[in-house]
Amino acid sequence: MNTLQIDIVSAEGEIHSGEATLVVAPAQEGEVGIAPRHAPLLTQMRPGEVRVHDAGGEELFFYVSGGILEVQPHKVTVLADAAQRARDINEAAALDAKRRAEEALAKREEGVNYSSVQAELAEAMAQLQALERVRRQAKR
Amino acid sequence: MAGAKEIRTQIKSVQNTQKITKAMEMVAASKMRKAQDRMAASRPYAHKIRQVIGHLGNANPDYRHPFLIEREEVKRVGFIVISTDRGLCGGLNTNLFKKTLGAMQEWDKKGVEIDVCVFGNKAVSFMHRIGANVVAQNSGLGDKPHMEDLIGGVTVMLDAYKEGRIDRLFLVQNEFINTMSQQPELHRLLPIEPVREEEMLEHWDYIYEPSAEGLLDDVLMRYLEMQVYQGVVENVACEMSARMIAMKSASDNAGEIIDNLQLIYNKARQAAITQELAEIVSGAAAVE
Repeated sequence: MNTLQIDIVSAEGEIHSGEATLVVAPAQEGEVGIAPRHAPLLTQMRPGEVRVHDAGGEELFFYVSGGILEVQPHKVTVLADAAQRARDINEAAALDAKRRAEEALAKREEGVNYSSVQAELAEAMAQLQALERVRRQAKR
Repeated sequence: MAGAKEIRTQIKSVQNTQKITKAMEMVAASKMRKAQDRMAASRPYAHKIRQVIGHLGNANPDYRHPFLIEREEVKRVGFIVISTDRGLCGGLNTNLFKKTLGAMQEWDKKGVEIDVCVFGNKAVSFMHRIGANVVAQNSGLGDKPHMEDLIGGVTVMLDAYKEGRIDRLFLVQNEFINTMSQQPELHRLLPIEPVREEEMLEHWDYIYEPSAEGLLDDVLMRYLEMQVYQGVVENVACEMSARMIAMKSASDNAGEIIDNLQLIYNKARQAAITQELAEIVSGAAAVE
């Protein structure tokens, strides 16, 4: 057997799946070329290009913004990131999410009053149930 | 013809409402199908990443990542709550909030403080209204949620966990059972429950580059983000199916109202004609 199974998947969907003779990926420690019967390897990827030499002789290119590369003797899996990711980008996003929360927080009173909120929710549920009952009666 | 005109206008307006609810029903149905596809699309990634975690855990049993360690004492817990952005989807969000609130109250009774991270407009306004301690939020994720929109909030919670500010992290979201039923579910995200043996492939001895520890860090982070992402996608599917059902019953209701009004209208018309006839006949009789 001189091909290997290549799967490129991301959280938002499958990107590519097929047979290949050679896969070149941007590993953390430098670009790696993976031919069939490569030793099992697990590594992070930098943003870059994954090149797949198809079993049909075609060369396919996929851009990944990082991720994890897993190699088994006849199977390569690229777990591509669905989003641009870098420590600073993550932090910026985190700060953003925090800021939004704090802005909203500025205009409200303290503490959770569980009982009153639960009463409100119960009321909403009761309303929904009443609607359901009315509907059923109307059908009869 | 007393009131006939008014009844006609009423029928017209209900018909217009029915048109809208029907359109919304159809839109929700088609969006639901797409959301379900998206749910399925993220599954291979989820499966794969769980296997990798299993391998990594087995490969270096000495290294214990903070995400995997069970903490004895719980002083503060985190909740990630996923709701819809828009309403008109029946009791979907109400049920979810009820579940969340129940869990929050239980911790509260034990004297445990709570941090909340919310996704979706409805949860944002609910959590702020009840005065929960919201530490991160994002809304307007749309029908096609993207990882980028979630990373911020998730990072806030994971950092809080790493730094020991929270000792547990939960995810609350609606679970898609089928088109007719959705159920609010509460999952524990952190600490991660260990991967069961049967989920693992035959054991490979990997070469790790640059180090197994660093890799585990990265993989776990992605795993958690992915779980939240899946939750969001599933919630969209729930939203759409709940809206479809709600709009379908609204259309049905409108149909019933129209039928009833039509009946009243016909009766009124008939009564008017009868009265007119009676007047003519009695008028003629008086002349004779």
